[in-house]
Amino acid sequence: MTLFAFLILFAAVVIGYILNLRAARAIRAGGTKLHSLDGFHGGFSALVTLVPTFFFIILWLMLQGTVIESMIKAGLPDGTLDGLGTGQVQLIMSEIRSIAGGRIFGTPEDWKLEAAERLVSLRSTSSLLLVVLTIALTAGLILLTRKTVRAEFRARQGVERIVLGLMVGCATVAIFVTIGIVGSLVFETYRFFEMVPFTDFLFGTSWEPQIPLREDQIAAKGAFGMLPVFLGTMVIATVAMVIAVPIGLFSAIYLHEFASPKIRAVIKPVLEILAGVPTVVYGFFAILVIAPAIRSFGTDLGLPIAPNTALAAGLVMGIMLVPFISSFADDALAAVPRSLRDGSLALGATQAETISKVLFPAAIPGIVGGILLAVSRAIGETMIVVMAAGLIAKMTINPLDSVTTVTVQIVTLLIGDTAFDSPKTLAAFALGMVLFVMTLIINIFALRIVRKYREIYD
Amino acid sequence: MYDTPASGKTAVTNEVKIAARKVNVFYGDTHAIKDVDVEIEDKTVTAFIGPSGCGKSTFLRCLNRMNDTIDICRVEGLIALDGEDIYAPSIDPVQLRAKVGMVFQKPNPFPKSIYENVAYGPKIHGMARTRAELDEIVERALRRGAIWDEVKDRLQEPGTGLSGGQQQRLCIARAVATEPEVLLMDEPCSALDPIATAQVEELIDELREQYSVVIVTHSMQQAARVSQKTAFFHLGNLVEFGETGQIFTNPHDPRTESYITGRIG
Ligand SMILES: Nc1ncnc2c1ncn2[C@@H]1O[C@H](COP(=O)(O)OP(=O)(O)OP(=O)(O)O)[C@@H](O)[C@H]1O
Ligand SMILES: [Mg+2]
Repeated sequence: MTLFAFLILFAAVVIGYILNLRAARAIRAGGTKLHSLDGFHGGFSALVTLVPTFFFIILWLMLQGTVIESMIKAGLPDGTLDGLGTGQVQLIMSEIRSIAGGRIFGTPEDWKLEAAERLVSLRSTSSLLLVVLTIALTAGLILLTRKTVRAEFRARQGVERIVLGLMVGCATVAIFVTIGIVGSLVFETYRFFEMVPFTDFLFGTSWEPQIPLREDQIAAKGAFGMLPVFLGTMVIATVAMVIAVPIGLFSAIYLHEFASPKIRAVIKPVLEILAGVPTVVYGFFAILVIAPAIRSFGTDLGLPIAPNTALAAGLVMGIMLVPFISSFADDALAAVPRSLRDGSLALGATQAETISKVLFPAAIPGIVGGILLAVSRAIGETMIVVMAAGLIAKMTINPLDSVTTVTVQIVTLLIGDTAFDSPKTLAAFALGMVLFVMTLIINIFALRIVRKYREIYD
Repeated sequence: MYDTPASGKTAVTNEVKIAARKVNVFYGDTHAIKDVDVEIEDKTVTAFIGPSGCGKSTFLRCLNRMNDTIDICRVEGLIALDGEDIYAPSIDPVQLRAKVGMVFQKPNPFPKSIYENVAYGPKIHGMARTRAELDEIVERALRRGAIWDEVKDRLQEPGTGLSGGQQQRLCIARAVATEPEVLLMDEPCSALDPIATAQVEELIDELREQYSVVIVTHSMQQAARVSQKTAFFHLGNLVEFGETGQIFTNPHDPRTESYITGRIG
C-alpha cells in the first residue's frame, strides 16, 4: 500500500507536468508571449505536487506506528499494564505484534489475540487512509498549479525558489545532525559526571571500569581516571606520526619533483590502493605480521616484549596514514605557483635547493594542515587498535609495552549488556567527549592553517 | 617618430656573447621557433620585438635553458655562450643559469622577506662570507633595482606584500644580485608605471657597461630607447635583426615595417 501511495505521487507529478506544459504551449500557440519557458510551468506543477506530498507520506509513515500503538494500549482491558516497567510493556507489545504477524507461540491470552486483531485492522485502515489522502492531496495540488498557467506567471522564479529551498533543507540536515550528535554526547557525559567526579576522571591515573553490576557481584570498585587511556592514545598516535610524516612527505616530494612519469604512473595508484585498504585489514596485518616480527626481534635482543605492543599498532597506523599525508603534501606542492620554481631555477639554484628553500617553505602551511588532520585521524582510529593494541590501561610511554586507547575503551565499554545507567557505560560517552574535543581542536587548527595558506596565493 | 637610441648611432661591434645557429623549438608538435640565427653581443642591449605569440619568450628561455623545465619542449640547433655549446652534455644548466640571469614577465617574488628574496641567489652561490658582506650585496642590488628607497625600512617584510611594480623591481634586484654575465628580461616593465619604467631603463643602460642584456618588449619606444640591437620575430621566424636605429628608421623587410608602424600584431 505504501508503494501504491508513492506510485500515485509519481503519476501525479507526471500528469501535473504534462498538463501545465500543454497549457503553456496552448497559450503560446495562441500568440501570447509567456514570461517563462513551457518547461518551467510544467516543472512548477511537478515540484509543487511532489514536495509537500512526499513529506506528507514520509510523516505519515513515521507517525502511524506510534499512533496505532498508543491506540492499542488504550484499548487493552483496564489495568493490564498497571504497575509494569517499560521493559515488560515493550515485551507485551512485541508479543502482540508478532501475533498480528502470524507468529503465535504457545497459547496467548484472549485479550492479546483481540489486540492483535485490532492491530491488523488498524494497520490496513491506516494504509487505505494514506492512499486516499495522497490522491486527494495530489489532485488538489495539480488543480491549484494548473490555474497558475498564465502569460505573466513567473514559473521560472517559482521553480528556482523551490529548488533553492530544497538545497537549503539539505544543507541544514548536516547542521541538525551535528547538533544532535553533540547534544546526546554532552547529555550522557553530564550524567556520567553526576556519578563520577570531574577531577577524578580528568586527572585520575587508574582506569578500571569493571564495576559490579549487581549488588552481590564481587568485583573491583572501579576507577575512572582517563590519563592512562589518554596516554595510550598519544603513544600510538606518536608512533604512527613518526612513521607517516617522513615517509609521506618524502614520497610526495619524490613523486612531485623527481619521479619520471613512468614511475609516477606506478606509485600513485599503489598509494591510492593503500588509502583504500579497510582498517580491519590493517588490523590483520598488525596482528599477523608486525607484532610477531617485533616480538621475535625483541627476544633476539633479549628484551621482554608484550604480545600487543603500542609499536605494532602505531607502525601499522602510520602506514595507513602515509597516503593521506603524501596526497596532502602533493596538493600543497602542486599549489605552489610554477613561477616560483622557475624564479628559483633561473637564479641558478639546483632542484634540491629550489625544493628545500622555496617550494617546501611555501607549501608548509598546507603540509602542516594535512599532518594535523592525520593526527586527528590517528587519535580517532579504532579498528587497528582494537585488534592490535591491548586492553589494560597502563601509565606508560614505552612503545614496547601494551597500552590501550580511548577508542578501544569505548568499544569494550559498550560491548555486551548495555544498560545506559551505570558509570561503566556512561564512561564511554565521557571518553567520546574527550576524543571529540581533541579532534575538534586539532581540526580547527588545521583548517585555519590550510585556509591561511590558500590566501597567500589566491 | 622614435627617440634615437642612447648610443645606437655609432655602430661599435662588441664581442659576441651568445651565438645561436639554426635554433628550432618544438612544444610537442607545435613548431614555435624556426631556424633562428642570432648573435647577441657583449656589453650591448638587444631587444626582441614582435607580435604576441611569435616566440620571443620561448627563444629567450632557450638562452638559459629554462625550457628544460617544460616536459614537452624540445630545442634543436646550436646555442653557444662564449663559444661553448650550452646544450652540450658537459654543461650544468644550474651553473649556466647562474651566469645567465632572468627576469620574468610576471613578477614572482618568493614568499619570503624582501631581504631574503634578494639574498637568495648570493647565498646559494656562496657570494658572501659575512653577514655584512651580504647586507652590502643586498643593498647594492636593491639600489640598482631602483627600489632601495621604498623598501629600506621594511627589509624584513614579505616581498609578496609589495605592489606589482615594486615586486617586479624586487625581482630585477634579485636577478642582478647574483652578478650574471647576461641578463634576460621578459617584458620587465609591463607592470610598471612610467617613473619606475624610466628607472628600470636607466638600470638597463647602466648594466650594459658590464653585461649583455636581452629585453623582450611590446613597446617600440622602449626598444628604441634602450637597445642597440633589435630582433624582430614573426610567427616563430627571426625576420630581421640589426642595429636598432636601422630597424626603426629603415627596415629591410616589409613585415618589420608594417609591425613597427602598427599594421601587424
Ligand atoms: N609551455 C608551452 N606549451 C605549449 N606551447 C607553448 C608553451 N609556451 C609557449 N607555447 C607556444 O609557443 C608559441 C610562442 O609562445 P611565446 O610564449 O614564446 O610567445 P611570446 O612571443 O612570448 O608572446 P607574448 O608577447 O604574448 O609573451 C605560442 O604559439 C605558444 O602557444
Ligand atoms: Mg612572452
